[in-house]
Amino acid sequence: MLGKVQQLGRSTISSLERLGRGFLFFLQLLTALPTVVVRFPLLTQQLFSIGVLSFLIIFVSGLFVGMVLGLQGYNTLIDFGAEESLGVMVALSLVRELGPVVTALLFAGRAGSALTAEIGLMKATEQLSGMEMMAVDPIKRIVAPRFWAGVISMPLLAAIFSAIGVIGGYIVGVGLLGIDGGAFWSQMQPRVDLGEDILNGVIKSIVFGVVVSWIAVYEGYDATPTSEGVSRATTRTVVHSALAVLGLDFMLTALMFGE
Amino acid sequence: MQKKTLEIWVGLFVVAGMVALFFLSMKVSSLNKFSVDDGYVVEARFENVGGLKVRSPVSVSGVKVGRVDAISYDMENYEARVTLLIDNKYNAFPEDTSASIFTSGLLGEQYVSLEPGGSDDFLKDGDEIRLVQSAVILEQLIGKFLFSKADE
Repeated sequence: MLGKVQQLGRSTISSLERLGRGFLFFLQLLTALPTVVVRFPLLTQQLFSIGVLSFLIIFVSGLFVGMVLGLQGYNTLIDFGAEESLGVMVALSLVRELGPVVTALLFAGRAGSALTAEIGLMKATEQLSGMEMMAVDPIKRIVAPRFWAGVISMPLLAAIFSAIGVIGGYIVGVGLLGIDGGAFWSQMQPRVDLGEDILNGVIKSIVFGVVVSWIAVYEGYDATPTSEGVSRATTRTVVHSALAVLGLDFMLTALMFGE
Repeated sequence: MQKKTLEIWVGLFVVAGMVALFFLSMKVSSLNKFSVDDGYVVEARFENVGGLKVRSPVSVSGVKVGRVDAISYDMENYEARVTLLIDNKYNAFPEDTSASIFTSGLLGEQYVSLEPGGSDDFLKDGDEIRLVQSAVILEQLIGKFLFSKADE
């Protein structure tokens, strides 16, 4: 009985400790921004492996999500004779919700897990401590460029996802189902607000980018330096990112669109 | 060489993101709606505004000239007070212009329609439109129709 209580206390303290360490780590990443700007080539390299290589999956997913939205929306709206509103439905659901959220989830799976595995493996093979020996700060040299590349890539990827999704909805709605193309756009334009909808979507995607990148690099940096530890850290990255994104999305939506 | 191609790809990626944002703001939303500051404000009091919302369009002869800026309830007269923001381009409406709330289409959104009168004086900032016609409530209409049928 006493042992159980001890265990509970120990796990509570250790998770609090992890949270505190994670937060301090986050502050270190933020203060490393000037070094990242100075060492621009490092950032470019990471933008390539995080952003450019995620482009294809985002493009294809966006297209298909938009097409499915078009198909499902059409089937529902046709009952009310309001199939011209398909454009509004597709655009609003993509820009407000699906764009940032699905992109963040895909991003966590595609780029976040790779970041954790890479940094974790660097730690396991003692490359990070080797750098410290050479008086090179691994946070500034290795971790911060990856973090900031993730933060920059996410809003761009989310915007690409939403734009491609709207085009996917257009292809299905206008191309296959025969909605009038003019009505598709003209109903959409007055009801999608630049500040209210699109800007809030971009803010969401920036927040998700910070959170997912932070979790990914922290899990890698904090991983137990064994092969098992790295694999566990990678799993944790995907799980925690997904939970954080979905939970935060609810809060952000309540704040932004709750009136 | 290797580094060059990498930079080109990153550049393309950033451009693609910017193009997507541009597409979203220009094509999905539309930037050419006029902004808040270049208009004048007119008030109108309605018995019932129905489903009229802030940002609903204000139109004359079907042409959009402004939008609804605010809707509040006037406790003194027990009426809804609607503030209309009208573009400065259209600054010569007669004082006896009338305002009505219509619905675009059967289930479409509601909008305020203005009908110019014949007065020589023009509406100015802060004026009130006195000739108003409230929103048509579908339920009331159906109710009236049923009663008139029952009388026959």
